[in-house]
Amino acid sequence: MSSTTAAHHDEHHDHPTGIMRWLTTTNHKDIGTMYLTFSLIMFLVGGAMILAVRAELFQPGLQLMKPEFYNQLIGVHALVMIFAALMPAATGFANWMLPLQIGAPDMALPRLNNWGFWLLPPAAILLTLPFTLALFGIGDGAIATGWTFYAPLSIQGGMGVDFAIFSVHLLGVSSVLGSINVIVTILNMRAPGMTLMKMPMFAWAWLVTAFLLIATIPVLAGAVTMLLTDRHFGTHFFDAAGGGDPILFQHLFWFFGHPEVYIVLLPIWGFMPQILQTFSRKPMYGYKAQVISLWAIGALALVVWAHHFFTVGMPVPALLYFMYSTMAISLPLAVLFFCWIATIWKGSLSFETPMLFATGWIVLFGIGGLTGLVLADVAADAQYHHSYFVVAHFHYTLFAGGMMGVMSGVYYWLPKMTGHMFNERLGKLHFWLTAISFNLTFIPQFFLGLAGMPRRIPDYALQFAEFNAISTVAAFVLGLSQLIFVYNIVSCARGGKKATDRVWEGAEGLEWTLPSPPPYHSFTEQPTVK
Amino acid sequence: MSSTHNANHYYVPNPVAYPVILSAGLLALASGFIFNINNFPAGKGMMIAGALVILGMIFKWMGSVIAECQNGLYTKWEDKSFRVGMIVFICSEVAFFAAFFGALFFMRVISIPELASFDPQFTMYKDFVASWPSAGPGGVVLGKDYVVGHLNPMEAWGLPALNTFILLTSGATVTWAHWGLLKNNRKQLVLGLFLTVALGIAFLACQAVEYHHAYTEMGLTLGSGAYGASFFMLTGFHGFHVMLGTLMLIVILLRSIKGHFDADHHFGFEGVAWYWHFVDVVWLGLFVFVYWL
Repeated sequence: MSSTTAAHHDEHHDHPTGIMRWLTTTNHKDIGTMYLTFSLIMFLVGGAMILAVRAELFQPGLQLMKPEFYNQLIGVHALVMIFAALMPAATGFANWMLPLQIGAPDMALPRLNNWGFWLLPPAAILLTLPFTLALFGIGDGAIATGWTFYAPLSIQGGMGVDFAIFSVHLLGVSSVLGSINVIVTILNMRAPGMTLMKMPMFAWAWLVTAFLLIATIPVLAGAVTMLLTDRHFGTHFFDAAGGGDPILFQHLFWFFGHPEVYIVLLPIWGFMPQILQTFSRKPMYGYKAQVISLWAIGALALVVWAHHFFTVGMPVPALLYFMYSTMAISLPLAVLFFCWIATIWKGSLSFETPMLFATGWIVLFGIGGLTGLVLADVAADAQYHHSYFVVAHFHYTLFAGGMMGVMSGVYYWLPKMTGHMFNERLGKLHFWLTAISFNLTFIPQFFLGLAGMPRRIPDYALQFAEFNAISTVAAFVLGLSQLIFVYNIVSCARGGKKATDRVWEGAEGLEWTLPSPPPYHSFTEQPTVK
Repeated sequence: MSSTHNANHYYVPNPVAYPVILSAGLLALASGFIFNINNFPAGKGMMIAGALVILGMIFKWMGSVIAECQNGLYTKWEDKSFRVGMIVFICSEVAFFAAFFGALFFMRVISIPELASFDPQFTMYKDFVASWPSAGPGGVVLGKDYVVGHLNPMEAWGLPALNTFILLTSGATVTWAHWGLLKNNRKQLVLGLFLTVALGIAFLACQAVEYHHAYTEMGLTLGSGAYGASFFMLTGFHGFHVMLGTLMLIVILLRSIKGHFDADHHFGFEGVAWYWHFVDVVWLGLFVFVYWL
C-alpha cells in the first residue's frame, strides 16, 4: 500500500484531450471534477439570484423588481442551490473520493457515471432558460411558485412551470443513476479485506443517501408528472373539482422533500468525522454508533414528511404522529453530535482551514438542528410557519450544515485533488468572513420571523426595516467573500506549494496513500486492507 | 487494447460520447415537448429530432455493451455490478409506481369522502358527485351525450382478468426459457422467449382495446376526475413499461437466436427477466386496486 506502487500503473493515458476529454470521460476523477466545478458555478448563479432578492428587501416598498420576478428568483434560487449546487457537490466528492477510499479501480458503472453528470447541464438550462425566453417575449419567465411547486398555484402558472418539471425529471434521472453507481461501487468494489464495518464513514453515509434517493426521487418524478398532466392533459389529481386534492401534492412533494434534507446533509456527516479525526490526531469516536445513527436517521427521514405542512389542516392523530416521529430524529442526530464532539475531545487540535470550517460547522449546524426542534412542535409551528424563522432555520441547516460542510471537504481534499496546497491565509479569511457574515445575515431573520414577517413576500411592514437592512448588507459580504473561495480554488488548481501524499499530518485512509494528485488510473490492482 | 482482463482487473470502458449526445437529445425532446404543449410551432420538430438522437444513442450504447460482452470483457466481478445495479434500478421503479398508487389511495380514502361530507348546495363544482368512481367535473361526456352522475368503473372480470392470465403465463414462459438456457437447451430458450414476447404483445393489444372501449363507449377519459386520472396514469405507465419490457425481450430473443448467452454467463437475459417479473407484479397490484376493489 505504499504510495509508489500506484505510480507504475499509470501507463495508459489513452484518453482524448481538450474538451473531448471532459465530454467523453469515463474516469471517476474527471467526472468528480466536473460535478464539483458545476456545483461551484451553480452556487455562484444561485447566490447572485438571492443577492438581487436581498437588495430588493434592503428597504420596505418595491424598488428593483416586480413581485412576479421576485417570486421567480426565490424559487429558482432554491432549486439551483439544492439540486444544482449541494447535490452535485456531494456526488462530486463521492466520485472523487469513494473509489480512492475503498481501493476501487473506478466507479462500478463508468459510462452511466458520465451520463449522470451530463444530464445536469441540460437540467440547469431548462431551469434558467425561461428567464432568457421572457426577454424575447416568449412565456412569462421562470417558475414562480417557490421550489415546492405547490398546487394549485403551479397548475395556474406559466410555461416556466413546465420547464421546471422537466428540469426536475432530468435531475432525478441523474440522481438515480448516481445512486445506483454509488451503491454498486460500495457493495462490489471494495478492496479485499475491507469489510463493511471497516469502510470509511463517508462510504456508509453515501450508502444511506443513495437508498434515500432511490426511495424518494421517483416519487417526486411521479408528483411532477401528475402536475404536468393536471396542467395540460385534463387530469384532476390536485383539483377538488374532480375529487383530487391540492394537499395530495404536498404529501407527495414532502415525501421526497424531507428526505432530501438528509440527502444533502448525510454525505457531509460522512466525511466530517474523518476531517475531525485528522485534525484531532486521534481515531474517530463511536464508529458503530455513528453507522447505526446514520441508518436510523435515514429510516426516520422517510416517515416524517408532513411536519412541513402542520398548518394545512390534518387530523390531530396525524399531527401528533408526525410531531413525535420528527422529534425522534433528534435522538440519533444527538448521538452523531456527541460522537463528533467526542472525536475532538482532548485531541491535539490544530486549526487549518478545513478544521476551522468543520468546527464552525458543528456549532452552526447545531443551531439549525435546535431551531428545527422548535418547528417540529405542532403548537409552536403554528406561530412560526411561513415566517422568516423558517427561512433562517433552513439556511442554518442547508448553508451552514450543507454548504460550509462542503467547503470544509473542498479545503480538506483540494491538495489531494490538485497536488498543490491552497493559500492558507486566504482560506482562513474566507472562513471568518463566511461565518461572521452568515450569522449576521440569518440571526436577524430569526427575530424577523418571531416578530411575524412572512416569507416569500417582496415587501414588508416598516418595523422590520432595520433587521432587513442588516441582513442585506451581511448577505452581500457573505456573497462577495465566496469570491475568495473561488480564487483560492482556481489558483490552487494552477499551481502552488507541492502537496505531500499524506497532506495533513493526522490523515488516515487509503486516499492518502496515493500521490497528490493521484494518477489518472488509481488502484488498477486493488490494495489489501488488513 | 490496453484492457487485458483477468479476475483482478475491473473493466473500465474507454471514453465514449454516447451519454453526452443522449443528454443533448433529451434536452431537445424535453424543450420541444414544452414548446409543443404551450402551442409554439417549433416544438414538434425539436421533439422528433430529440427522439431520433435518443433512439440512435440507445442503439449505439447497447450495441457496444453487447459487443463488449461477446468479446469476453465482463467477468464475474462486472457481472455482480450489473446485477446489483439492476436490482437498485427496479427498486427505483417500484418507488415511481408507489407515488401513483399513493395518489389513488389518498383520493379514494381521504379526499373524496372529505368532499362528500360537504353540503352539496355549496359545492362550487358543477355536477360533481363525490363517490367512487367519481365522474369528475361536468359528469360523463360521451360524444355529444352528457350524463350527470356516476361513471361505471371498468369491469375487472373481462379483459383485465384475461390480461392478468396473459402476464402470469408470460412470467412462466420466461422462467421456462431460463431453465432451457441453464440446461443449454437453445430450442427451449428461443421458444420460451418467443412465447413471452407474443404474450407481451397480446397484453398490449388487449390494453389498446380496453382504452378504446373506455373512451368511445364508457365516457371514461383522463379527465374523468380522480378515477379517470388514476386509472389511465397507472395503467398507462404500466403499459409503457410492458412495451419497454417487450422491446427488451425482443432484443434478448434475437441475441438468443444468434447464439449469445450460455448457462453461466447471461446477465442480459436475467436482467430483462427480472424487469419482466417486476412489470408482472405491478400488474397484480393494478388488477387488485384499480380494477377489482
